Amino acid sequence: MSQTSVDDLVEARSEYSAGFVTDIESDTLAPGLDEDTVRFISARKDEPQWLTDWRLKAFAHWKTMPEPKWAHVHYPPIKFQDISYYSAPKSQADGPQSLDEVDPELLRTYEKLGIPLHEQAVLAGVVNANVPPVPSMGSNVAVDVVFDSVSIATTFKEKLAEAGVIFCPISEAVHSHPELIQKYLGSVIPQKDNFYAALNSAVFSDGSFVYIPKGVRCPMELSTYFRINERNTGQFERTLIIADAGSHVSYLEGCTAPMRDENQLHAAVVELIALEDAEIKYSTVQNWYPGDENGKGGIYNFVTKRGLCGGARSKISWTQVETGSAITWKYPSVVLRGDDSVGEFYSVALTNNYQQADTGTKMIHMGKNTKSTIVSKGISAGFSENCYRGLVRISPTAENARNFTQCDSLLIGGQCGAHTFPYIENKNNSAIIEHEASTSKVSDDQLFACQQRGIDSEKAVGMIVNGFCKEVFRELPMEFAVEAGKLLEVSLEGAVG
Amino acid sequence: MSLLEVTNLHATVGAQDQQKAILKGLNISVNLGEVHAIMGPNGSGKSTLANVLSGRPGYTVTDGSMTLADEDLAELEPHERAQLGLFLAFQYPVEIPGVSNMEFLKASVDSLARARGQEQPNTAAFIKQVRLLAASVDLDPQFLKRGVNEGFSGGEKKRNEIMQLLLLEPKLAILDETDSGLDIDALQVVAEGVNRYKNENNGVVLITHYQRLLDYIVPDFVHVLADGKIVQSGDKSLALELEDKGYAWLT
Ligand SMILES: Nc1ncnc2c1ncn2[C@@H]1O[C@H](COP(=O)(O)OP(=O)(O)O)[C@@H](O)[C@H]1O
Ligand SMILES: [Mg+2]
Repeated sequence: MSQTSVDDLVEARSEYSAGFVTDIESDTLAPGLDEDTVRFISARKDEPQWLTDWRLKAFAHWKTMPEPKWAHVHYPPIKFQDISYYSAPKSQADGPQSLDEVDPELLRTYEKLGIPLHEQAVLAGVVNANVPPVPSMGSNVAVDVVFDSVSIATTFKEKLAEAGVIFCPISEAVHSHPELIQKYLGSVIPQKDNFYAALNSAVFSDGSFVYIPKGVRCPMELSTYFRINERNTGQFERTLIIADAGSHVSYLEGCTAPMRDENQLHAAVVELIALEDAEIKYSTVQNWYPGDENGKGGIYNFVTKRGLCGGARSKISWTQVETGSAITWKYPSVVLRGDDSVGEFYSVALTNNYQQADTGTKMIHMGKNTKSTIVSKGISAGFSENCYRGLVRISPTAENARNFTQCDSLLIGGQCGAHTFPYIENKNNSAIIEHEASTSKVSDDQLFACQQRGIDSEKAVGMIVNGFCKEVFRELPMEFAVEAGKLLEVSLEGAVG
Repeated sequence: MSLLEVTNLHATVGAQDQQKAILKGLNISVNLGEVHAIMGPNGSGKSTLANVLSGRPGYTVTDGSMTLADEDLAELEPHERAQLGLFLAFQYPVEIPGVSNMEFLKASVDSLARARGQEQPNTAAFIKQVRLLAASVDLDPQFLKRGVNEGFSGGEKKRNEIMQLLLLEPKLAILDETDSGLDIDALQVVAEGVNRYKNENNGVVLITHYQRLLDYIVPDFVHVLADGKIVQSGDKSLALELEDKGYAWLT
């Protein structure tokens, strides 16, 4: 990734490259949240009664819950009644006949995201659009674009259908696969799990649903581009991925967001279920608008992500590169219930200017011979605060559990903060738990050594930071690894002299 | 033709409120094809000169001028000075963990090529060239995969600097005590590298403490730096005289 041409970097750096606002006609619910809001959302999606009730139950819980205050982050109180809880792009019931009929603003958005023409047609839901034989986003990637709150289109469905893979908006799965939704929704993250998960459960808009049948290796990587688009519209994505026995899937989640002033709340929930011998690899590049260099604006990213290794020998691996958002509050976790199951968490969290991140993981060991690996790389620059918070819990039933945690912090400049809160709860004497931690600084001498060889300081910092993150980038799918390296350099703009 | 012109150079070190004058009216002129040795007691300002010329932060030029190939160095950022052809072999090469030597060298060569409007070298050919150069200064090519200078011995670090000199082929090479701490074999390797580098189209400023390096790299001029100024200049025989008498008679 250090091979990225400087021209690209210069261009990318010239402005927040994903910071465009698209002005698309959309019908947006007036701000406010009560039972009627919840009913409205459910009705708009034509949901069955059980789901409406499920949402209402979540809402009832949420009203009784206090906002969590334990994270190492600071922000003004969120006015939940000032948020609009539903927005959908208009007129998609009877789709456009050709690209000419697609809102040009939407097409321009796709262009900025780098999606080629023929794919734009498919994504925009053009009737009879040809699905290209060779997907062009990476070698083998299917995309489900969540444009604002409603998934507009899904590509490569046929190829996936051949393999028996279901990959569709969760709002659609509610109708096409109600038995799976009813069985698994909230099974890993219950409605009352935490304040933001409860809120999401009540008002979730849309998101992806994935089911990989027994013994199937998903023929392509599945990818979702999330975007926040409407002003004042909270994003409440809900994603559910089920890997049946012996199956395998790799899922990519990437975020871009428009530049804007107001703070925006993003409270997503992602649930993963891996049955016996199944494997789920979930990779995220998070690039929401971080706010400007004075800390004005930016996304509040309060996410609940958890996977259940339900079956023996199952494996769930989270890899995340977090560079965006004004505030990140996120702990992708794994419940290791199946014997011999494996949980992994590889994380790069970068904060610059006035960004705040409180992120980490929880590895809950319940089964015998369960193994978990945590590699966290925190990079702080500017006036930012970067905090790793991790829990390793070994239950009495978890014979011979093993955990390895490595937690490294890199500081750039003298005004930023790095904090580490590793919690260990061990209830089984046979467990082996290892913890390594380090804190280092990008020194002036290192920067000068690079400059003396012709490398400018921003490139030098990028190179040092990328080197620091190598172990995590190695875990990313190829196309993400390149993007991630580039993102770090862009995100560190202005971090050095 | 003149390569480096330093005239009446005054420089201070340290933060604004506690600046300390180190260079106090230094003059030196290096032509293409010449090797200049700068000798002098500890703390006389030799490294300061190298740092000021290369633009290390923390130093302030308070008077005088310095040009490389007629370009005013004071106006340029450190990386721009490097792109202009100024190379400093560090007295204490720094470690950069996580960035492999090979990656570092490629970034350097690419940056220099881009700045000069030249094409970036083909990666395969580049790797081959670097391996050969490493071997030529007795560095195990395995080192190239490790972090920059990470876990290198003192001698290996110095040989790595010479390898970079040979790879980058700058117009002006400033070597800051590259010979210190080297055994005689390593010293010969370093000297051989410098001799291989130097030609009619470049220049060398050799900062050294000991005349023994000058047995292997023959200087055209020898200067004595004391208290921030060149106090004496001569040919190679001056180095022998210094070896004999020390610096006291000059200061
Ligand atoms: N960063 C610095 N801060 C304060 N004093 C310095 C600094 N760098 C060098 N000096 C002082 O400047 C003088 C010259 O140092 P230097 O140029 O390293 O000498 P030399 O290389 O000839 O041994 C010494 O007195 C040294 O202590
Ligand atoms: Mg010195």
